[in-house]
Amino acid sequence: MIVTRALGKSFGKRGVLRAIDLHIGRGRITGLVGPNGAGKTTLLKLVLGLARPDTGEVIVDGHRVGPAPAYRAAIGYMPQIARFPAHLTGRELLETLVALRGATVEPDLSLAEDFALGDALDRSLGTLSGGTRQKINAVLAFAFRPNTLLLDEPTAGLDPLASRILKDRMLTERVRGCTVLVTSHVLPELEELADDVVFLADGEAKWHGPVGQLKKHTGQPTLERAVAQLLAGGALLAVA
Amino acid sequence: MTVALRLVRPALREAVRGRWLIGLAAALALAGDLLIRFGGGGDTTLVSLLDVALIVTPLAALVVGTMQVHNAREVTELLLAQPVTRGNLFAGLYLGTALPLAAALTIGLLAPFVWHGLLIGPLGLRLLALGGVTALLTLVGTALAFAIALRVDDRVRALGIALALWLGAAVLWDGVVLLLALLFGERAIEVPLLVALALNPLDLARVLLLLGTDAAALFGYTGAVVQHTMGTAAGHAALITALALWLALPLCFAAKTFNKKDF
Repeated sequence: MIVTRALGKSFGKRGVLRAIDLHIGRGRITGLVGPNGAGKTTLLKLVLGLARPDTGEVIVDGHRVGPAPAYRAAIGYMPQIARFPAHLTGRELLETLVALRGATVEPDLSLAEDFALGDALDRSLGTLSGGTRQKINAVLAFAFRPNTLLLDEPTAGLDPLASRILKDRMLTERVRGCTVLVTSHVLPELEELADDVVFLADGEAKWHGPVGQLKKHTGQPTLERAVAQLLAGGALLAVA
Repeated sequence: MTVALRLVRPALREAVRGRWLIGLAAALALAGDLLIRFGGGGDTTLVSLLDVALIVTPLAALVVGTMQVHNAREVTELLLAQPVTRGNLFAGLYLGTALPLAAALTIGLLAPFVWHGLLIGPLGLRLLALGGVTALLTLVGTALAFAIALRVDDRVRALGIALALWLGAAVLWDGVVLLLALLFGERAIEVPLLVALALNPLDLARVLLLLGTDAAALFGYTGAVVQHTMGTAAGHAALITALALWLALPLCFAAKTFNKKDF
């Protein structure tokens, strides 16, 4: 579960997020949508402690996000651009993460098997295609039995089969009780996955609620059309 | 600290497989070999090699350090998402950059003396001192590079600042000091000269290595002042302390920046 209270963040003079109050439940997949530059990635980074909030706080499974790093042990993060060290292999990168976490953890490589990554894990990351790197990015995020998953455009660059495998895994993690927060520009895909939607625009969460309710509220048949309606309308909507 | 050290091995692997680290060491070794062949392997060779080290080491450390911070940006984000403190991660990233580079520069510099059999002999101790100072200068240069690159997100600007710093310290500084000495030559300028010395880690390194040797002619003005005012032993201690400060202050500054930075 992720709770944000009056969360605000600005970079220089540009206010990215203003007083965001969210309650993102566990065992659900929450889609984070909004126009470019709405602060979706910034919100994920604030949850991870990669950026520090100007105001307010973030609480992940009861732990207030601060300098103490232990809470991140249960978070799996898939960053948007998977740019890894060119001359290391995926397995070496994974081993580095294992070493950082204390050698006792045994990483879960089932997603690598599902992707049929095979020897791609043992090739230099610089020689891999963007799609294969993105698969490794996913493997790293799911490797440590997370209770919280923060996925930034997870299916970008994946072929349809790999994309389906990743989405199936997200659904499995949801059943396990994971809190899954996903940003995506591919709204039909999000419609297939998400229970709830958070719509960020102008630094505010203009909508937060179940996908069905959003469609009803906007009178649109699909999530894509409903979000387009929110974008075009610009009117402030009540947060459910 | 052990957490930080776990980042050094993958960083070393990355650098070695990227080949530039080995190329740098090989180029230095080749330069050293030529200097020994044509310079005879005596004191003059050592002084020439010192000049090479004082040019190449800070340049390599500043350039590699700033580029590394920016190139590792995405990996840094991935690592920051793990349950590790920022302090540990900073130490790991710094050591992962500085230690392989210091090793490559020191080995590249000293290797030709090993295969020419000069390490055991009258030059031995001074060669080891040169190796140690090279390693220390690498740590200083990398710390400065981290301090710059963590502050300046634009990679071209960061590299420009680093290069300007190198140009100032390695090339322009001597000329400026000499000019000031000439202009104010009739007054007592010991104290301003000592201040000028402390402000340039490359000067500190040079004076440290030449203090108390016969290479008095190549001493430079500031070195003579140190020997005159402090004597050899106290001079060494003061110089090493000043160099240590040149490592500690930028490193603290960089660590503080890293600690507060939004990624």
